[in-house]
Amino acid sequence: MPAQIIETSNKAFKRKKVDPITLDIVENAMLNARHEMDAVLFRTAMSPGIREQGDAFPMIANRDGKMVVGQFGSFIYGFLKGFNDTIEEGDVFLTSDPYSANGAISHANDWLLLKPIFKDGRIIAWAAMFGHMTDIGGKVPGSLPTDARQIFEEGVVIPPVKIYRKGELQQDVLKLILHNCRLPHWNLSDFNAIVAAIRTAEKRCIELAKRFGDDIYYSALEELLDRNYRAMRKLIQTTVPETKQYFEDFICDDGMGMGPYKIRCAMWREGEKVIFDFNGTDPQSIGPVNFLLNEEMFKMFCGVYMIMVFDPQIMFNDGFYDLMEVRIPEGTLLKPKKPAALSCRTHALGRIFDILGGLLGQGSPDFLCAAGFSDSPHFMYSGYDKKGEWYQLYQIGFGGVPGKPSGDGPDGHSLWPSFTNVPNEFLESYFPLRIETYETLPDSGGPGLHRGGNALRVGYCFLEPGEISIHDDRWLTYPWGVNGGLPGQRSQKLMLRTDGTQELMPSKCDRVVVNSGDILYFDTWGGGGWGDPLKRPYDKIQFDLDAGLVTAGGVHRYGVVVGADGQIDAQASDELRVRMAAERGKTKLFDFGGTVEELKARCKAETGLEPPAQPEFPRWLKTDQTAPKMKLAG
Amino acid sequence: MSYRLGVDVGGTFTDLLLVNEKSGDVFTAKVPSTPHDSSIGVLNGIEKVCANAGIDPKEITHVMHGTTVATNTMLEGNGATVGLVTTRGYRQVLQIARSYVPGGLGGWVIYNKSNPIAPLALTIEAEERMSAQGKVVRKLDEAQIEAELIRLREKGIEALTVSLINSFANPANEKKIKRVAARVMPEIPVSLSSEVVPEMQEYERTVTTVANSFVRPKVQTYIRNLQRELTRKMKNVQLHVLRSDGGLAAAKAAEETPVNLLMSGPAGGVSGAIWVASQAGFPNLLTFDMGGTSTDVCLVQDGKAQLRRETTVGDVTVRASSVDVRTVGAGGGSIAKVPELTKALRVGPESAGAAPGPAAYNKGGELPTVTDANVVLGYLPADVKLGGDMEIRKDLAETAVQNIAQSLDLSVHEAASGIVDIVNENMCGALRLVSVEQGHDPRDFALIAFGGAGPLHANALGKLMGSWPVIIPPGPGVLCAYGDATTRVRDEASRTFIRKFSDTDVDEVARIFEDLADVAAKTLDKEGVARKDQSVSYQVDVRYHGQGLQLTVDVDLKQLRKQGLAAIGTPFDEMHRQLFTFALELDKELVNLRAVVQGKPTKVKAPELKRGGPSAKAAVIADHKIYAGGKMRKAQIYDRSKLKAGNKIEGPAVVMEMDSTTVILQGHTGSVDKFGNILINPNGGAGKGGAAKTSTKAATAKKKTAGKKQAPVKKKTVAKKPAAKKKAAVKR
Repeated sequence: MPAQIIETSNKAFKRKKVDPITLDIVENAMLNARHEMDAVLFRTAMSPGIREQGDAFPMIANRDGKMVVGQFGSFIYGFLKGFNDTIEEGDVFLTSDPYSANGAISHANDWLLLKPIFKDGRIIAWAAMFGHMTDIGGKVPGSLPTDARQIFEEGVVIPPVKIYRKGELQQDVLKLILHNCRLPHWNLSDFNAIVAAIRTAEKRCIELAKRFGDDIYYSALEELLDRNYRAMRKLIQTTVPETKQYFEDFICDDGMGMGPYKIRCAMWREGEKVIFDFNGTDPQSIGPVNFLLNEEMFKMFCGVYMIMVFDPQIMFNDGFYDLMEVRIPEGTLLKPKKPAALSCRTHALGRIFDILGGLLGQGSPDFLCAAGFSDSPHFMYSGYDKKGEWYQLYQIGFGGVPGKPSGDGPDGHSLWPSFTNVPNEFLESYFPLRIETYETLPDSGGPGLHRGGNALRVGYCFLEPGEISIHDDRWLTYPWGVNGGLPGQRSQKLMLRTDGTQELMPSKCDRVVVNSGDILYFDTWGGGGWGDPLKRPYDKIQFDLDAGLVTAGGVHRYGVVVGADGQIDAQASDELRVRMAAERGKTKLFDFGGTVEELKARCKAETGLEPPAQPEFPRWLKTDQTAPKMKLAG
Repeated sequence: MSYRLGVDVGGTFTDLLLVNEKSGDVFTAKVPSTPHDSSIGVLNGIEKVCANAGIDPKEITHVMHGTTVATNTMLEGNGATVGLVTTRGYRQVLQIARSYVPGGLGGWVIYNKSNPIAPLALTIEAEERMSAQGKVVRKLDEAQIEAELIRLREKGIEALTVSLINSFANPANEKKIKRVAARVMPEIPVSLSSEVVPEMQEYERTVTTVANSFVRPKVQTYIRNLQRELTRKMKNVQLHVLRSDGGLAAAKAAEETPVNLLMSGPAGGVSGAIWVASQAGFPNLLTFDMGGTSTDVCLVQDGKAQLRRETTVGDVTVRASSVDVRTVGAGGGSIAKVPELTKALRVGPESAGAAPGPAAYNKGGELPTVTDANVVLGYLPADVKLGGDMEIRKDLAETAVQNIAQSLDLSVHEAASGIVDIVNENMCGALRLVSVEQGHDPRDFALIAFGGAGPLHANALGKLMGSWPVIIPPGPGVLCAYGDATTRVRDEASRTFIRKFSDTDVDEVARIFEDLADVAAKTLDKEGVARKDQSVSYQVDVRYHGQGLQLTVDVDLKQLRKQGLAAIGTPFDEMHRQLFTFALELDKELVNLRAVVQGKPTKVKAPELKRGGPSAKAAVIADHKIYAGGKMRKAQIYDRSKLKAGNKIEGPAVVMEMDSTTVILQGHTGSVDKFGNILINPNGGAGKGGAAKTSTKAATAKKKTAGKKQAPVKKKTVAKKPAAKKKAAVKR
């Protein structure tokens, strides 16, 4: 049974005409309320992941649960469908169960809080926010076990509960949850912070409704959604072809030695509607790399990406949802069946963006972006310090943003909205660590007319014995280049032990013991290049050379000859470029750096690590491998 | 007799305000700016204002100065070539920055990052390492850094920044490198991060210090030249420079940390506007400062401008407090053009500036500017002169605008009117940024106009924004100088001191506070501010252990000694609850300790006008015509100096004074208040405007007050907010 909403007033909302100035004021005030939610949360949260890296996402939705401001789109509809209870004034809901929330959150570390905003007995809006908790218990610190086979191994999973019942905190429920976490005071503080943030949104929405009247407020939100619908309809008409486009990309491994896993998507337009079909995606993994993808959230990813690429002036909200249809077959990596493990979903989540880019861009190469930093690498370090106090660090990594039509990808940056790095001085003040190196790797960005951003190297020197976990990807497959651009450099993790031995670490691992003085070089990957590197202007290459962002050895791939004085020899370079262009022939639309088979064959020699084995899929799953083969130009 | 002088150097004009310290009498002067060497303009102005007042320049004891030198250097990117020294492994600290990509989900697609202001090619690494606790992990290799510095010198750096990891905890290695640099490159100014902003967070500390180095040589030359010239004319004069946060800094301090001056000019205008408007009883304001090249706007609520813990100029954000002012490149000198391709009428951002200036000024400018359009429309009368020094040539303005008119196939009046409409729309956008887009309704605010061109456009902007009344202070061009003259000397000293409450010794904290106060007080001593005239306040940034935020709590040193850390903890909990709805039962920690020392406020009495009747006839000096609603209409020109309190001026009208011209549009009336402000309201009903005593967010009920003009609120009835909230300054 779906949720039963109890409103004490049955007065209907009237759709009224809203003058353009009022509409602009409401829109800006709502956006501002959203930013205020962020501000409140970031200031008061304890988990560095939320506080410094902004791994938390706010949303304000209209009365029907459609997102008016926010980033990841609305999940309220899915939530209401799965919630079997009443919804009343003063209630606040909490859940961390992806399966109950239809993938609104995609692993149990994300705590989602949701509050209906009542005014005079009627719901006028919804406020929601989710944030990544540093720890939710389970078998490993950080609660993202790389070897989990069921969600039950991944810590405490909270079904949708009323954590505030008519305004009253359900202490027992909260106590039960916190009791299962390693850093309960962090969870409590983060919980409080999220509640404070959604209350801020509540206050602002009620103020707005009072200021303009409930009907105008209601109508303004509707109009904002309509405005977006109209803009997106036009955008879809002009940019999405009716013929099917295909694209596929991979997750390198599952942390259990198997891989790669394929994600495939087809896209086409029928009338004014665009259809995305993930048929042909690999079956679900027996490990934790599954990503329960919420269809509505995918629509938002897609809409936002289209807006950014084609027309950044359009404001985005849920208004365009009816213009998209998303088909994800059950039992696949993107719609695993309960109780499949989900904790390490970050790789597939990130890869979705590369796939979107490849899908939307292949029809209009001028707008196509290269593959880039499509992941959130994690690093964890925990143990007991000299005073016997438990320390536990969870950190997100950054890397090379892809080359793109508008220019170079920044070095060591984030693809995720509002993510920032944690100042190393902060880390060193609070954890037994010294960051010896914090720099981007020269030549790691894919060469191109617009260069891909460089990968980031963080050199962690451990000052106490402890255990670390690594979650990363793109160590086997390349961040691909486009329009003639070359792929970026792949990721690598190298441990330097105090006894002088060196150890290549796998891309995903848990419970690796470290001792005082050991150094881990955590190298992420570079962004793919955009456009022909043989056409990159010499002054730009010289600038990068002087800055040490590319090396004299690395610029050869741009068709450049550097003299002993470190200056580009233009004449020799001109000649080299002509020769290289002739040898190469026509540029490729996509440069994947080789097929999966080729990459696996070269794996040991190139990466120093054994290639992953062919994935074993759950036997009880039926797979559909009849999808057409991918066809790509170039 | 002793006098104080406020000086504001704008892109086009230099404004001066002379205050008699005893009587509070004020004298003003306005002279053209001299961009190649501003001190020439300043000295010209001093001569003139002293002549107006009939005094000897030697009677001036203090010069307070707002300057845009630092800002322009950043914006134009023509500062020093900065070399940077980091710790080994951190060469790319500015390149990586905070890894932040603006613009939300997918924002990276359109984000192109600009290059660091200290080029990577000029960044070197020192072999050294300090721990976060301030202990030496690796000793500084002085030979290595010396060799590297020599290499940098050969590359021709003009300023040096040293920003080492954990130098906030122990600046020893930065100081050592400074000594080496003094040997290797004695003529190069060196900025240390541990001196400019001794706070945790390596990127913020580095970028702030590099920005400091970038603008420093220009600012230093400028201040030294000015000081030298001033001293030549006036023996014992003291020069103060207005900081971005609205406080005054001693010349020496300003020279060393010019990063605190990035918003100096605008801060002067806002301070002046707040002072004038608070006299008139309007605590809620949109300030509108339209100059020759750009327009600055700011939102003032309850008599206070929003302060930010950071200053953004162009796309660089540094850790320095500033008044939250937004700037658009639209001013009186903005050039109008019609691109061949689109045949659209565009205005700005290119500006004719002070030289060659608008065509009407007959100084070589030929391109049509906003000022020329105003001349053509009759808003800036050419044929009436009030002893103002600027000659206005209507024929030249018409010739310039005629080119636009021809390209668009319009009459010269229509073209001029289009130019004015477009520039108004641009400025309206800036006002929306600070109001609507921050969730404020502009209809709850008064609009106060100043700067050379503000009063010409203010009435039209009031109409666009619905902000009433439009306040035109007397001597509107000189308001920035008013702000300069009325603010207090101020310095602060801070130190990062991260310690859990449970591990903290109160006496140690109190001692550090006193040391910091002493450091700041010494700056004021040097300026001749007697200790008895100095007031000290203490602040501490606090958070729950493990939290990222810091709340700033005011500290009473006596209470701290008496009650211990509860004197900090209790107000912190209360503030946290008020701001975020909850407090936590966790250990708290100190983050930064700060002492702020301020001098005495300068007492400037607002001169009052004589009272008169509603009729302003006596002030009419000419009959005139101005273009409005598609045709030329009859209008009167008034001499502002002849207006009396209580006079009412019906639009359309032009009010002239020596340094400014006000336009009152048809359907509007300007009333003169007792301080000589003109308050413009639409006939038949104004909004509630800036007099509303509640803040916008609270002022929700939107009642129409048609037909009823809002009386200004007396200062004392302004609703007081809880003390804790006032003190709260949140930062990350």
